[in-house]
Amino acid sequence: MAGLWLLSLLLPVFGALLVVPLCRYATLSAGIAAVTTVLAAIPGIYVSFSLLGGHPPVSIAYAWSLPGGALQIDVDAVSAFFLLPVFILSPLCAIYGGAYLHQVKGKLLGFHWAFFLLLVASMILVLSAGQVFLFLVAWELMSLTSFFLVAFDQQEREVRQAAWVYLVASHIGVTLLLGFFLYSSQWSGSLLFSDFQALKSISPSLATGLFLLAVTGFGIKAGLFPLHVWLPEAHPAAPSHVSALMSAVMVNLGIYGILRVVTWLPQAPAWWGLLLAGFGIAGALYGIALAAVQQDIKRCLAYSTVENVGIIFVGLGVGIYAGAAGFPGVALLAFAGALLHLWNHSLFKGMLFLGAGNLVHATATRNMNQLGGLMKRLPATSLLLIGGSVAITALPPFNGFISEWLIYLGLLHGGLEMPRAMGLPLLLLVSLLALVGAAAILVFVRLVGISVLGNPRSAAAASAHEGSILLLAPPAILLAGCVLIGLNPLPVLDLLRAPVVLLIKTELLPVLTLTAFTGLGRGVWLLLALIVGMALLLFVQRYRHPAVVAATWGCGFALPNNRMSYNATAFSELAHNHLLPRTLRPEVVAAPVTTFFPQAAQLSQQSSDPVLNRLLQLFFTRIANLCQRLRWFQQGRLPIYLLYIFLTCIGLMIWSLWVFGGG
Amino acid sequence: MIVGILIHLLLLLLFAPLLAGIIARTKALFAGRRGQPVLQLYFDLLRLARKGSVISKTTTWVFAAGPVIGLVVPLIAALMLPFGTFKAPLSFDGDLILFVYLFALARFFTAAAALDTGSSFEGMGAAREVTFSCLAEPTIMFALLVLAKLSGGLSLDVLLGDHLSASWRGGSGPALGLILVCLFVVLLVENSRIPFDDPNTHLELTMIHEVMVLDHSGPAFGMILYGAALKLMVLGTLVVNLALPWATPWWALNLLLYLAGLVLLAMLIGIVESVMARLRLVRIPQVLIGTTLISVFALVLVLR
Repeated sequence: MAGLWLLSLLLPVFGALLVVPLCRYATLSAGIAAVTTVLAAIPGIYVSFSLLGGHPPVSIAYAWSLPGGALQIDVDAVSAFFLLPVFILSPLCAIYGGAYLHQVKGKLLGFHWAFFLLLVASMILVLSAGQVFLFLVAWELMSLTSFFLVAFDQQEREVRQAAWVYLVASHIGVTLLLGFFLYSSQWSGSLLFSDFQALKSISPSLATGLFLLAVTGFGIKAGLFPLHVWLPEAHPAAPSHVSALMSAVMVNLGIYGILRVVTWLPQAPAWWGLLLAGFGIAGALYGIALAAVQQDIKRCLAYSTVENVGIIFVGLGVGIYAGAAGFPGVALLAFAGALLHLWNHSLFKGMLFLGAGNLVHATATRNMNQLGGLMKRLPATSLLLIGGSVAITALPPFNGFISEWLIYLGLLHGGLEMPRAMGLPLLLLVSLLALVGAAAILVFVRLVGISVLGNPRSAAAASAHEGSILLLAPPAILLAGCVLIGLNPLPVLDLLRAPVVLLIKTELLPVLTLTAFTGLGRGVWLLLALIVGMALLLFVQRYRHPAVVAATWGCGFALPNNRMSYNATAFSELAHNHLLPRTLRPEVVAAPVTTFFPQAAQLSQQSSDPVLNRLLQLFFTRIANLCQRLRWFQQGRLPIYLLYIFLTCIGLMIWSLWVFGGG
Repeated sequence: MIVGILIHLLLLLLFAPLLAGIIARTKALFAGRRGQPVLQLYFDLLRLARKGSVISKTTTWVFAAGPVIGLVVPLIAALMLPFGTFKAPLSFDGDLILFVYLFALARFFTAAAALDTGSSFEGMGAAREVTFSCLAEPTIMFALLVLAKLSGGLSLDVLLGDHLSASWRGGSGPALGLILVCLFVVLLVENSRIPFDDPNTHLELTMIHEVMVLDHSGPAFGMILYGAALKLMVLGTLVVNLALPWATPWWALNLLLYLAGLVLLAMLIGIVESVMARLRLVRIPQVLIGTTLISVFALVLVLR
């Protein structure tokens, strides 16, 4: 088992070393990336499944010359749970990326693929590290390689800016994590994660401090509101296969960190859970509200990641809350729902980013207002996008419904069983989740309806056509996974047992084989059967009376053109004027109509992230202004600098006399 | 269970179109007209089923998926509801979530079908439909939560089951009254009735639902009309079960009571449509937020 795991780690590293000297050959390096990730995935998936199936944890220790003991690898069921999406998504993204970047000229693609493979390897290492030093090195490697992947189109100003925002955000995160790990290893007297159990005896206030440090540090990577600011910048800027890998897999690693920390710290008090759930639901509402006003299709998907991460945190938070309050059944449902939603999100968000990538590949624009009519031109991609949208809006019979249903069940059971005041937050969460769900329908009806259905709104969309099979197969495989989990959730829930047991330390397992699933299953199959039956009926009727094909009725207007068709901005106008609070609304620039017969008019709309642009930018600008004052010290004349050196020496001498003089 | 499913479906399929006729008749009475026959929708459905259709050259399979899913969803949703004292044939813990999300599925495909035509009017209708239901969704959830808290169960069959008559008589009457009002408002919104929407005008700019189905014709349009009638009866069942919790020892009498309740509800909708004007579009969100607050208040009353 250890050998297989090592194989899955070393193959991408080997691939990365191989592509660098071959960086001039685009196709060859893409091929190497695809082959090595596929070869790594086979043992990797096997290891993950056997660990999830109850295989004892894999532990490897190598001697190394760095301080802090051995190079310790610990892969348990929780790691395996998070490793599985890495092994499933990385080969698919590599295969897709080869075809996606096929047209790119004038870049040394080998370096791109080297960074890609190193990112895969570093994610595997983060999830397997059993020691602080190794963990932090792998974490940093992951941030740096993904920075270079985001900066692929670095000739564009906004891509450079997005990459910088991402780099700064991840380093603020790593600084906080450094603080957390330094303190924890100081306290437990060891760099090994297995010795962190000593933290169980830490005082409650210190535990809270460590928890908050870890939630902030890992929350940045996870995209937990309000630390999500890098996410809507970096995801649209990166090439689509990189966005898919980052959004569907890398974001999970932040959640992994928080879960690990919770298992090390003493029994979490209830308010930690409420805190996580509170930020989770705030993030879900915020993410989906901003997704509704984006015109950039990938930015819209990035905000939907913020929403889904929020939902996952609602589940985890409620799980912690219920666990602390002594309701293990509720905790089990909430944890199982959150973990399943994490897998589901990996599947459908990966799928949607790859699908959106196909639209970008075919039309060279990410602006939904420039798309449209692609159902006729890219039928397979459009079908995939519709399927993915139904899955991500948690509609039956797809997988998103199963995981959200479990979270709802947890909330409902908790709300009904807990004594009055304790259950109230859970009942409120039920309705807020329903609100998020309804808003998600708005967002994804808009995404599908505007960018895929209707008439083309630009010449590029009108002449678009489907790409190669390599652009279609990876998202199709992911969508197949969504359908499978949706129709047959019980085997998947069985796989969740091992990680859930490790996380909540309860043996209350039979609840997961709920009788409710039988009823749900019957309902879903009946739904499918009736839909198929009714569709056949309609088809037969159409066959007997062939339909007359005519133009869409234009309400009597003789010459409708495509500029009149509804676009993304128009679709969300009602929502952003009547539902959104003022701070979340996009900036609209419109020339006022002054004469009775207006001539040319202009309207443009720009949505920028309020947290980034109103809060953080202000904060960092202020710091930069303060730092400006320090420039006074730089006089640019040699004598002054000599004076500084002299003064420093005097200061050091006085200090050393003062400290060591007495002894 | 199979027998239960068949009884439910037969009742629903046979009775639902009558409600539309009763609403139309009530409105005609108020306007001093004789009005169409009560069975008009049955005739319409038969006629549409035999007709050919005209479809837009812009449209794809999504355009057909809208009517199909719009018709299937109320059928499945109905199986989770008790019809009077007829138990729900498909009942499990947490089916209320499936109930709500099924209608969301129908909404997704109805709106997508509208956008598939590429017409601005239908895009406008789709945008309104999905926007306003964002506000109706929390209200339904709060109302169901009140019932869940009172009954202690998590399936609609229990939520709308035997506990109701005791709950009405006990201290929970005010909370039930509040959510009854809320559910009636949601019923009007979801079934595109005055004062939120006008089912009669097809081209007014204040239109929501009717404008989304402008381009449908023939059997597909029949499916839409039938689906709308079924949805009215399914959501109406929520209200009727809640308002008429009495049960007699005779099943036939119970059934009659339930059906009479539905007829009364249809008449009530007709009266509301006759005496009220359509709200301005910008007022609709305000009314819906109001009902959400009322339902929150009802929940607080129950938790007190």
